Amino acid sequence: MTHQFPALSAEQKKALADIAQRIVASGKGILAADESVGTMANRLQRINVENTEENRRAFREILFTSDASISQSIGGVILFHETLYQKDSTGKPFTALIKEKGIVIGIKLDKGAAPLAGTNGETTIQGLDGLAERCAQYKKDGVDFGKWRAVLKITSTTPSELAIQENANALARYASICQQNGLVPIVEPEVLPDGDHDLQRCQYVSEKVLAAVYKALSDHHVYLEGTLLKPNMVMAGHSCPKKYTPQDVAVATVTTLLRTVPAAVPGICFLSGGQSEEEASVNLNAMNQLPVAKPWKLTFSYGRALQASALAAWLGKSENKKAAQEAFRKRAQINSLACRGQYVTSGKTDAAATQSLFTACYTY
Amino acid sequence: MTHQYPPLTAEQKKELSDIALRIVAPGKGILAADESVGSMAKRLNQIGVENTEENRRLYRQILFSADSRVKKCIGGVIFFHETMYQKADDGTPFVQMIKDKGIVVGIKVDKGVVPLAGTDGETTTQGLDGLSERCAQYKKDGADFAKWRCVLKISENTPSALAIMENANVLARYASICQQNGIVPIVEPEILPDGDHDLKRCQYVTEKVLAAVYKALSDHHVYLEGTLLKPNMVTPGHSGPTKYSPEEIAMATVTALRRTVPPAVPGVTFLSGGQSEEEASINLNAINTCPLLRPWALTFSYGRALQASALSAWRGQPDNATAATEEFIKRAEVNGLAALGKYEGSGDNSGAAGQSLYVANHAY
Repeated sequence: MTHQFPALSAEQKKALADIAQRIVASGKGILAADESVGTMANRLQRINVENTEENRRAFREILFTSDASISQSIGGVILFHETLYQKDSTGKPFTALIKEKGIVIGIKLDKGAAPLAGTNGETTIQGLDGLAERCAQYKKDGVDFGKWRAVLKITSTTPSELAIQENANALARYASICQQNGLVPIVEPEVLPDGDHDLQRCQYVSEKVLAAVYKALSDHHVYLEGTLLKPNMVMAGHSCPKKYTPQDVAVATVTTLLRTVPAAVPGICFLSGGQSEEEASVNLNAMNQLPVAKPWKLTFSYGRALQASALAAWLGKSENKKAAQEAFRKRAQINSLACRGQYVTSGKTDAAATQSLFTACYTY
Repeated sequence: MTHQYPPLTAEQKKELSDIALRIVAPGKGILAADESVGSMAKRLNQIGVENTEENRRLYRQILFSADSRVKKCIGGVIFFHETMYQKADDGTPFVQMIKDKGIVVGIKVDKGVVPLAGTDGETTTQGLDGLSERCAQYKKDGADFAKWRCVLKISENTPSALAIMENANVLARYASICQQNGIVPIVEPEILPDGDHDLKRCQYVTEKVLAAVYKALSDHHVYLEGTLLKPNMVTPGHSGPTKYSPEEIAMATVTALRRTVPPAVPGVTFLSGGQSEEEASINLNAINTCPLLRPWALTFSYGRALQASALSAWRGQPDNATAATEEFIKRAEVNGLAALGKYEGSGDNSGAAGQSLYVANHAY
């Protein structure tokens, strides 16, 4: 292991690093529009819209025909396979619509969870078979980044060593294959918010998971400057009785990242998990307001937290298109402000309060 | 592994973090004056001085008598055990002389290298037995940080996976024990400059070693904000045919650190290895002007590179003591500037000329 067999040429590295930088350019984040067919069923069912291919196409068209100014807030869009090949009602491919706004296209690459036998209901992620060929094809079809979601769960006995190590390893294999094919891998090790654990527990687990992820990426010779991280924010479990402020979430999250994510990683794009649109923006904003040096961008890769209002405004009716687009544009802009720590909510963000809470970081 | 059993209270963490930050305050670095009796034999032999306890005491007195000019450039001094309990001619304990200058006292705690059977001449480092009790005593006697040196070697077959893993593990055990006793551990995984390998090889090996070190520190629940790292700079092997500029060394070094050392680590204090005094200062300066974001302090922990001139000015003659102290102060001030990226060099290395020599980091 003492000799290097370089995985990438200087040109390949530069191309990957440039893509990653474009996605997380200042004030920009990612629209995660890669809901699978099954997940879209959930979303559309809530607004009483039938889950047909046409309806899925119609909703994504609303998002992608947004005014070009959306590119000030959105640096990348993650698509589901079906969506990559769909067109708008004039016959223009979605990929063309997105690219002409200067937004980078990404693709969900994993093939869902598979059980880890002998564990307490834990999983790993499949999708490595033929991944190189799929990446090469997607690259030809206009994609420049990939996404792969691994899932870990906090209970009294999980996540186990096996689950952490196996998911970290699968993420590293996926990342290595992506880079070989010119795709920037977004690495997503999600620690679910399910449970009644407190903030400290989530922080502890997140630190262990991220340490394992970055060791695996090193072992697999992944070029960190050409990757992005998509982690959970550090929060208490959904059924935890104790409530925490956005500043608590911000300090716990940033502390976790400072202890585990090398400075070479250009950007960290949080998933929104079960958070509401507003909660996801306020928490992201609090992180970016923390008076501590952060060597990576802290931005968003939101699905529900960018689309909930737009879906509710649309209700499946074409006459609601403008209202839906406005709802989406508004959330995108708010999150753009949040990634610069400039989102001013009514009375909430008191800089002094943030400062005084941060000096107590030794409790984290 | 899903539940935390916090090894340190908030107060303990704050104390450790404060000590670390004091040592690497802007413009400050470490005087490594912890040469063992055996190492001092070599140093004194070179200037024709007998290796007696008295001569070792006289020599350290020369360094510790430096006036208040060193306050702004020396944040810590590493002692050897014998020296901790020696006094100046007027009876002032050395430890007190150092503390009175506002400098933090450190102690070498490892007990040297031992062979790893079944490897190609590789070693681990011993010293864990009774380490907790020794740390507690050193803390009472005035020490606030410690140093432990592991050694790795680049050759055709080394460093092996075992050597990397074993040395990383022993460093993490040492670090954990130190912190339990209020002592900031300096973690030193030195990769020797011996050999004819090029810069890239050293960078590759350094990245792998540091990734293993930080995974081990995470596994052992070490509080990173209360540690310091003492690595080699990334340089070619001594007998390598190619010469590299300070900017190339800086870029390779900073790139390796950005990929492996979490931003939570407050400071990186380089060892000087076989470098001359001037070389060590020039390289440190280049590191601090490297156009890549550096989230930790980048400073020095130099032995020979701070003392060579002082030793040869002294030559064991009491009349030369003041001149020798001046030589030390001079090098300390130069390195203090280098730690701020403000050292212009003794010759033609002007800041502007140096800056333009940085090659884009995709080549690293």
